[in-house]
Formats: sequence, structure tokens, C-alpha cells
Amino acid sequence: MAMSGGVDSSVAAALLADAGHDVVGVTLKLWGGAGDRGCCSVADVEDARRVADHLGIDHHVFNFAEDFQAKVVAPYVAAHAAGRTPNPCIECNRHLKFDRLVRRADALGFDAVATGHHARIGHDGDGTPRVARGVDGAKDQSYVLYMLDGATLGRLLLPVGELTKAQVRQLAADRGLRTADKAESQDVCFVPSTSGRATFLGQRIPLRTGRVVDRTGTEVGHVDAVELVTIGQRKGLGLAGGGVPRYVLDVDASTATVTVGGAEDLLTDGLELDDLVWSSRPHHGPVSVQCSAHGAPRPATLGGTRLTWDQPQRRVAPGQAVVLYHDDLVLGGGLAASAHR
Amino acid sequence: MVAYLDHAATTPVRPGAVEALLPYLTECYANPSGGHRAAREARRALDDARDVVAVALGCRPGEVVFTSGGTEADNLAIFGTLPAAARDGEAVRPGTVVTTAVEHHAVLHAVDAVHGRVARVDRQGRVDLDHLADLLDDDVRLVSVMLVNNEVGTVQPLDEVAALVRERAPRALLHTDAVQALTWLDVAERAAGYDLISISAHKFGGPKGTGALVVRDGVDLAARLVGGGQERDRRSGTQNVAGIAAMAAAVTETVASRAATVTRLGADRARLVDRLQAAVPGLEETVDRAKAEVVPGVAHLCVPGTESEALLFLLEDAGVYGAAGSSCSSGATQLSHVLAAMAVPEHLGRGALRLSLGWASTEADVDAAIAAVPPAVERLRASA
Repeated sequence: MAMSGGVDSSVAAALLADAGHDVVGVTLKLWGGAGDRGCCSVADVEDARRVADHLGIDHHVFNFAEDFQAKVVAPYVAAHAAGRTPNPCIECNRHLKFDRLVRRADALGFDAVATGHHARIGHDGDGTPRVARGVDGAKDQSYVLYMLDGATLGRLLLPVGELTKAQVRQLAADRGLRTADKAESQDVCFVPSTSGRATFLGQRIPLRTGRVVDRTGTEVGHVDAVELVTIGQRKGLGLAGGGVPRYVLDVDASTATVTVGGAEDLLTDGLELDDLVWSSRPHHGPVSVQCSAHGAPRPATLGGTRLTWDQPQRRVAPGQAVVLYHDDLVLGGGLAASAHR
Repeated sequence: MVAYLDHAATTPVRPGAVEALLPYLTECYANPSGGHRAAREARRALDDARDVVAVALGCRPGEVVFTSGGTEADNLAIFGTLPAAARDGEAVRPGTVVTTAVEHHAVLHAVDAVHGRVARVDRQGRVDLDHLADLLDDDVRLVSVMLVNNEVGTVQPLDEVAALVRERAPRALLHTDAVQALTWLDVAERAAGYDLISISAHKFGGPKGTGALVVRDGVDLAARLVGGGQERDRRSGTQNVAGIAAMAAAVTETVASRAATVTRLGADRARLVDRLQAAVPGLEETVDRAKAEVVPGVAHLCVPGTESEALLFLLEDAGVYGAAGSSCSSGATQLSHVLAAMAVPEHLGRGALRLSLGWASTEADVDAAIAAVPPAVERLRASA
């Protein structure tokens, strides 16, 4: 049972223990830097350990900090340097929770791995296991689990996916778990909230001033750090006030150029996907598509790696996960490709 | 059935120490600084304990300062002997303190805080005397070298260090962290030339939270804890009378049984290592005992093709409690600074396993480890 020290994994552990599983709680030590909070700080390890004590289950800490640095932090920094918008939580799931931890659990002889994600394991008509949306639509985390394949799903347990967040908190309170009222983790766990993303990146890569141009190429402003600009962004572009709102349409890190335009210019017919993965077999044709953690799903058609929207949609920032659903079941997903290669 | 093979982390409290401790939690509860008869009884316990510790460490009773343990003793030795200017808040001149790369963090972090210099060690964990010589000059005020390393068990050549310091940095004081030594070595003899000596009770059968620093007469030591002026103004705070009495009892038992312990546990450790080497291909002892002195009870092994964390998990499952390197506050296993300093190749260091014996170890403990390690290693190698 992966225990982050939060309320969801606390309750998940309680439910598994209640169900008679032989449960061992594991907290991953992922980061030891100044931003040591969120999912892997000493305080969170303590919470996880105390919940495990309360439930009468064993608790261990696995130190995966080296892999986290190599597979999550370094790519996060590199993506920003290239003008993309990474999602480190997804890379952490892909490489740490559902690769390193699952392999460790295999080596140690465990039958199953459980996490506190708000998602369920559903099945296709032919019985293929797939990630399914959690019961609580507002808290659904199936989006961040799109990379899970059948082999992993076959030994994965997601006990709180059947509950609403309110039910989770109520169960935690009923059992007297110390994490019942704990605030949800926000933002990126390894970026200190005190100093922020700009400081974190500035310590690792040079941040370059960027030209802001309109669609005709006329310079209309500048940004302090082109590496921090995201497609769809409206504020902080150094533009004169008043007039129609302008949004970032494109970020070209190689020339440090940010292109802006009106809301209508953000609309696009479709996008290319990189690193497409499938939970079982490749799919094509009509799909329901979600492009951010709690974004609304939109209908589209997939042909190869090209996704065509049924209705024009706002551009998706390169590097963001694009997750493909059929109804509530995850088919697979990929990363929005960059226009700049 | 559990086989506890982590005595270097802490060893069980000796029955004699428990017996010595209890009266000072029950009938003899007075504050030793008081003036009445009850206080004098408590005071007497402190004085008796001071005598015992002094004999074991080769100093005068008045030179023993009781502390809350090894970390406080190490910190007091390093920060307490800084030049007076530094105590007034002036920046410490870099290089005033010199230590080695394999010290416990209680020394290493303190030395780092005063911008000290760190001497390299060789592949066996012994201080590189040539490098140490390079770091010594007339500015050096303190040289701190541990007697026994807490991870790999290597014994440092304290006499050679002392001779070098006398020649190159005659104004420097000598400190040794002897926290891991008392069970195995005659600390009084080994640290005879040292001005400051740290010990910790729970490493030799006393309770946690109790230790001592020897401060030889004539050493100018500034207190780190000020207040009631206990311990001759060198460490204020009401003494942990029960813990100190228990530590003294543990010292007595440890010294009296040392020769037998060394023989018995040395043989057990040799059997453990021999059997594991025969059963596990590639397993090796981290320190070559032909090249360096190592205490008898520590088996520090490298098991290529495994990860310490996973190996310890499986051993625990099999009822064998060992350790890897040092643990951080969260309980996560960290790559060891000691192995890094010794330049142990990464593929070996990743599978580090420390099985350490102590006064309470039995042949059955060793048998359990001999039975548990090979299948655990096989399992991890098969799934790698």
C-alpha cells in the first residue's frame, strides 16, 4: 500500500486491512531538497507511519530519490528549457509508483500494489482491465493513471475509487485517523512553495528573456523567462492593458519567442500525440479526450497519432498529457507534441 | 524468533545496567545538586559512576563530563574548543578543525559548520596519513579522528595520527569519537594521547540518552549548555542520574567481559562471513581484514546484484534484523558517505549489508543470518 501520508491513502490502507489483506504500508522517499514537502517530506512520512501504527500494519520507507531525480525532476527541468509544459506527477506515476515500486513489490513477493488514487479498475466488453474514472467526478484521477497497462492493472488495487472524497474524509474521521482533515497536496511536490517555480528552475537552467510578438511578428512585449510561459496563458506577458484579451498561442524556446493572439486564435482543429501508450491494444476512431487533470472531456477522432477534434478546441500546451477515454474507461494516452522539433 | 544483528546501532541494555538504573527512578530520586541527605545519595551515584568511567577511559574522574550521548559529546568537543573569538560570534577561520571523511555525522556536520577540513581515507576506511599531513598546519586547533567506524568497523591508527599532529600542528587538541569502541578495544590505551574522548552508553549495554566526554585538565572548553553550572560548568542541566548509574554498570560489565566477548564474537563473525561467502556468489567483506584492523563483531558485506533496502526487507521478513548504512530521520536508507569516501564501487555499495554482533548475540543469531541471507539474495537477483 503506497502511503503518501495523505487522507486518501490512509483510508485506502484502512479499507484493505479491514478486508483482511496482509497489508504493508510503504512511503516513497523521493526528494530531499529544500522543497521537501508534499508527497515525500519527513512530516508526511511521519503521518503515514502513525496511520500505519494506528491500523496495526507494518510501515516501510523506500528511498527512490535517485530515480526521482533522473526520471521526474531532470525531465521536468529539460521540458521547461525546451518551452514545453511538463506534468511531473504523471512521470512520477509512470516511473516511480508504477514501475519502480511495482518491481520492488514483485521482488519482495507481494501479490498486489495499492494506491490511494481516486480511480477504479473497470473492464471492457471482452474483459480487458482498464483504468476507470473514480466515483467522485470532481476528484477523479484516472487522467494521471493513463499509462497503466494490463499487466499492472491486474495486480493493482484502488480502494478509494469507489468513494467520494467526502466519504473518504468521513471514514478517516470515524476511525480517528490523524490525516482526516489534512489539506490536499497542491502544485509540484519538489518545487518549494515559498520560493516558487521560477527560483527552482532558475537554479538549474538559464532563464532567458523572451520576445512577445503578435501573429504578424510585430513585437508587443516581453517576458522575463520564456521557459516559464505556457500556451493559453493570459497574464504576465508584459502587454499594454485594455483591449481584447490576448493569449499565448505558441512558445518557441529556440528563438525565445512567444506568439500571442485572441481567444479565437487559440482554437485548433486537432493535435499530434507523442509517446502514445495503450492500456491494451491500439485504438483508432472516435474517442473522448481529456487534456488536463480536471478538464472536461471533448469528443475527437484519432487516426494514427493525429487527433482531430469534432469541434475546434483550445490548443493544448506541448508536454501535457492527452488522455483518451471510451465512456469512463481509459484507452490510453500520450503527450501533446510540440510544433518545434 | 528474531535474530537481532544490529548491535552497532544499539545493543540491548545489560541486566546489570537495568538493576543499577531502577533505584534512581524509585527510592533515590533526589536532585544531585541539592543539599540534603537524599541529594547526597544521588550525588554519590554520580561520583561513583564518574570513577568507573574514568578508569575505563584512562582519565581522572574530574575529567569526565556526562552528556546526553555521543552526539552531544562530539558537538561539545568541536564547538566547545573553538578559539575564544569564534565563541563571541566571529567567523571561524577555515581549516581550524580537521577530521576524516568517514566520521559519524555528529562530527562531520559540526566540522562542516565551522568550515573545517576533511582528510581522505583509503579503500579500507583508514585515514590517509599523507593527506592528513597536508591539512595540518599551525592554524589547526582541533583534530578529530574516530577510534572505530560505526558502519564498517575499521579501527583508526590513533597513535600515528597523534604523532603526526604533534609534529605538524603542535597547538592542536586531539579528539576521538570512541562511541563504537568500548565493547572491543581498550579505549584508555588507544586514546591515551587524546585530549577529548566521546562515548555513548547505548552502544555497550547502557541506556540511550546517556554518554560522556572526557575533557583533560588544561583543555579550555566553553560550555554549549549553560545554566545551573553542573559538570563543573562544562555542561549545565540536571544530570540523568539513573542513566549515568546504568552506564557505569554497563562500563564495568563491558570491560570485565571484553576479552571473552572479543574471542567469542570474533569467531561468530568469522563463521558468519565464511558461510555467507560460500553460499552467496560475489558476496564480499567490505574491509579487507588483512589490510586493516577491524573490530571483531562487525560484518560489513557487499552483495552485488541486490539493493540494501530490498535485502533488509526480506531479511526482516525472515526474522533477521540488520542494517545497511546510516538511516535518515524518515527511516529511508541512504547511500553511505562512508562507503563513498572509501571509494567502494557503486555496484557493491548498493547492496551493502551490515550485520553487527554484541554482548547479547548468540550462535543461534548467526545461524539465522546464515540461513536467511542466501535465499533473500537469490530472490532479489532472480527478479532483477
